[in-house]
Amino acid sequence: MTVPAALRRALLLLGMPVVLVAAWWTATAGSTDFFWPPLRTILGTFDDTWFHGRITSDVLPSLGRLAAGYLLALALGVGLGVAIGSVRVLRALLEPVLEFFRAIPSPVLVPILMLFAGIGNGMKILVIVSGCVWPVLLNTVEGVRALDEVLQDTARCYRMRPHSRLVHLVLRGASPQITAGARQALSIGIILMVISEMFAASNGVGFTIIQFQRGFSIPQMWSGIILLGLIGIALSAAFHVVETRVLRWYTGLRRAQREG
Amino acid sequence: MTAAVTADAVGDGRGGRRHRTAPGWLLGLAGLAGLMALAEAVPRAGLVKERFLPPFSDMVSALADEAGTGAFWRALLETLRGWAIGLAVATAAGVVLGVVIGGLPPVRAAMASTIEFLRPIPSVALIPLAVLLYGTTMRATLLLVVYASFWQVLVQVLYGVRDVDPVARETARSYRFRTLTQVRTVLWPTALPYVMTGFRLAAAVALILEITGELVIGSPGLGKQIAVAQSSGAVASMYALVIVVGLIGVVVNVIVRAVERRVLRWHPSVRREVVS
Repeated sequence: MTVPAALRRALLLLGMPVVLVAAWWTATAGSTDFFWPPLRTILGTFDDTWFHGRITSDVLPSLGRLAAGYLLALALGVGLGVAIGSVRVLRALLEPVLEFFRAIPSPVLVPILMLFAGIGNGMKILVIVSGCVWPVLLNTVEGVRALDEVLQDTARCYRMRPHSRLVHLVLRGASPQITAGARQALSIGIILMVISEMFAASNGVGFTIIQFQRGFSIPQMWSGIILLGLIGIALSAAFHVVETRVLRWYTGLRRAQREG
Repeated sequence: MTAAVTADAVGDGRGGRRHRTAPGWLLGLAGLAGLMALAEAVPRAGLVKERFLPPFSDMVSALADEAGTGAFWRALLETLRGWAIGLAVATAAGVVLGVVIGGLPPVRAAMASTIEFLRPIPSVALIPLAVLLYGTTMRATLLLVVYASFWQVLVQVLYGVRDVDPVARETARSYRFRTLTQVRTVLWPTALPYVMTGFRLAAAVALILEITGELVIGSPGLGKQIAVAQSSGAVASMYALVIVVGLIGVVVNVIVRAVERRVLRWHPSVRREVVS
């Protein structure tokens, strides 16, 4: 890439966000509106609000619960999905039940799970698992079902052992769908992380933001909203990195198919 | 990114309908019956306390009680109304902005990073702001619904506009079609399947956020009824309401898919399915 091209790219990438932030900055610069404090004030409180103690007492516990719930949901969803996807009878038996569970908006499970698990970490992780597992599960089922038949027959002819069949054929072949489900699950997981803390908690990002809102600490509340946005952006960027690595064979295959 | 679209198109289970035969259909019913029987038997046998999971028959009778009250039907109406308004606003805004942004390559290039930045911001981050601005009214929830479902539509429309056949576009340009005619005859038919995918995703997301808003903010609707039932210890009616919400979700899915098939009946993907 030549220097002007790189410059152009950087301008395209950063131009609009910079303009928008600048617009926000100037539009609220002299703001005396209680609900829309100047961006300068918000950013001024950001450091004080989050980086002195709250990062370990609130942000990290939130992210830890999210990670635990999300990974558990991934394992559960892929495991059950492979089983359901490869056994026809099981699939026919469970399809309407799964459709129903998927259709329940996962935040309504918060009050139910509070009955079972109280309001501790267990409940929050359970809420995240119960919301994230469906997109992973259903996409895995579809992915396993849509496996290339020629590849399946080939694996059978070569008498691949069940373990290597699972790793190299089933999971590999279903991985585009599994990652699509995992991406949906990630955004649901972030939502549930926040919701479960807004409901009942003694720490966490969602809890803290609601406290600020109830105490009318408006700039602090705004800084919390910005922090949640940054967490969302960072996690989706991290997911993108993992996704491109896992699906490198697939994107290459598709490109070859399109060109060929 | 195309990978995501195809994966989603595959992942919505549409292919399964085709292969389903009578036994499969029966098995599905058997699965549902099994779930109900399980929900009846587990608390009766004392495996779970009835305080946590009442028997299924209790949930049904609680549902019947609820259905006799005006409050339930009002709440149901509020929920459906908020969902429909939010979905309509988000779809209209998403389609118009998507066509404008996607149709003008320089704008598209300039906006791409902004959209990628804004999209992953979780909608629930806006809850405190919505409460401050609108209190516990329907508008607070509406803000969340519109924000969350808007991105689903916008992103799909952008994919769709990008998918337009360059030859068709050049042809339209050589014949000097006017801009609106170009949008109507070239761009729209290509983008429509993507718009429908976006609409289907948005319909589900809008319902989630509508219920979430009612549950957390306390704006009127079924979500609020669930919160009330929970705090007053009416466990059976809480479960009944959750089942109702799930059924609404199923019905929404079915209707949206029917609309999709109807609108796209000329499209190869739907025609092929009907033929085979």
